[in-house]
Amino acid sequence: MNKRIIELWVGLFMLVATTALLALALKISGLTGSVFGMHSYQITANFDTIGGLKLRAPITLAGVRVGQVTDIKLDTTQFKAVVTLQINDKNKLPADTSASILTEGLLGANYISLQPGFAENILKDGDSLHETHSALILENLIGQLLFSLKNSGEKK
Amino acid sequence: MLANKLCALGQIGLRFLVHLGRAGLFLSQILLRKPRFLKNTPLCIQQLYFIGVLSLIIIILSALFIGMVVGLQGYHTLNKFGASQQLGQLVALSVVRELGPVVTALLFAGRAGSAITAEIGLMKSTEQLSIMEMMGVDPIERVISPRFWAGFISLPLLTIIFDAVAIWGGYLVGVKWLGVDGGTFWSTMQTSVDFYNDVVNGILKSVVFGFVVIWIAVFQGYATIPTAEGIGRATTRTVVHASLAVLGLDFVLTAIMMGGW
Repeated sequence: MNKRIIELWVGLFMLVATTALLALALKISGLTGSVFGMHSYQITANFDTIGGLKLRAPITLAGVRVGQVTDIKLDTTQFKAVVTLQINDKNKLPADTSASILTEGLLGANYISLQPGFAENILKDGDSLHETHSALILENLIGQLLFSLKNSGEKK
Repeated sequence: MLANKLCALGQIGLRFLVHLGRAGLFLSQILLRKPRFLKNTPLCIQQLYFIGVLSLIIIILSALFIGMVVGLQGYHTLNKFGASQQLGQLVALSVVRELGPVVTALLFAGRAGSAITAEIGLMKSTEQLSIMEMMGVDPIERVISPRFWAGFISLPLLTIIFDAVAIWGGYLVGVKWLGVDGGTFWSTMQTSVDFYNDVVNGILKSVVFGFVVIWIAVFQGYATIPTAEGIGRATTRTVVHASLAVLGLDFVLTAIMMGGW
């Protein structure tokens, strides 16, 4: 076979593989953000408990995805969970925004939902959220329910 | 009687060690030589065509079917738990972590590895390799090395293509046929698949597999007993040894990667 055609095919092979790798990176593992110049800023939030929140969990505002969780650490002085939130740059949030950890469906994965406040100034890189609502732990909830049921039974 | 059996056992062990040593020396002969890119690149490109491009059809077709089967099986299993929304995650993780590297390497051993062994073995039994040496051409540089590097480069590229096509196959079955929501399919996939931990580790696996499979293939070809029967045996041995090596190494590599180092 002609040498040129062989070279052409090999080139095409390499090109297809590179395209497939790009597809794997962008479409399948969702690798976007800082790598391709999509700017974002990071804020932190302290929670009493984060339940089953995992790295790269989505952050939503009014149900729309605005960023993701990039880091979860333990604050060893206050014994609180410090969660770093990466928010896309185009979403400007008021400074008194509050965050709560919610669950998708009854047994789904945890995500962070933001409720915007009314402040004039906006959150900047490195700021932290003051008002947070921890995750609901199902077992605790059931425990409380049983306790209150028992109490109300005794009163009668 | 017993002594004889012990002797036979020892001989098997010694033969195995000799074989391993020969294979190692052969590998060092391929690797430890001054690279001459200008002269060897055209040879390598020609081999890339035979090893890589001509394997594309079988790789793409099997990827499509495997992706579709994983989608179908996964949907029916997940549906029992009412979790069919997680299908994208299931398809992507199983393909990227395991099925992609392993199945591609097995197909590669069958399609390209056996062909390389037979080709080199025939060259040896028709004494083409000795003739080259007599003419002052180094057969390792001229015949073995291009095939080795072409195989080593091809397998990771084929694996990447396999991954992408298989996930597309899962998408076809899950979203287009069984009616999983397309947006959920991709978004559960994107939140669960990590580029470095899943995709890159899968490709690293295929780099190791490529190295081992092509090493076995060229060595078996080079060490063929130069008869018609010898070539047949060497070809069989390539496929068997390469497949076993891939499956065994897959377990070890997965254990290392999952263990988080």
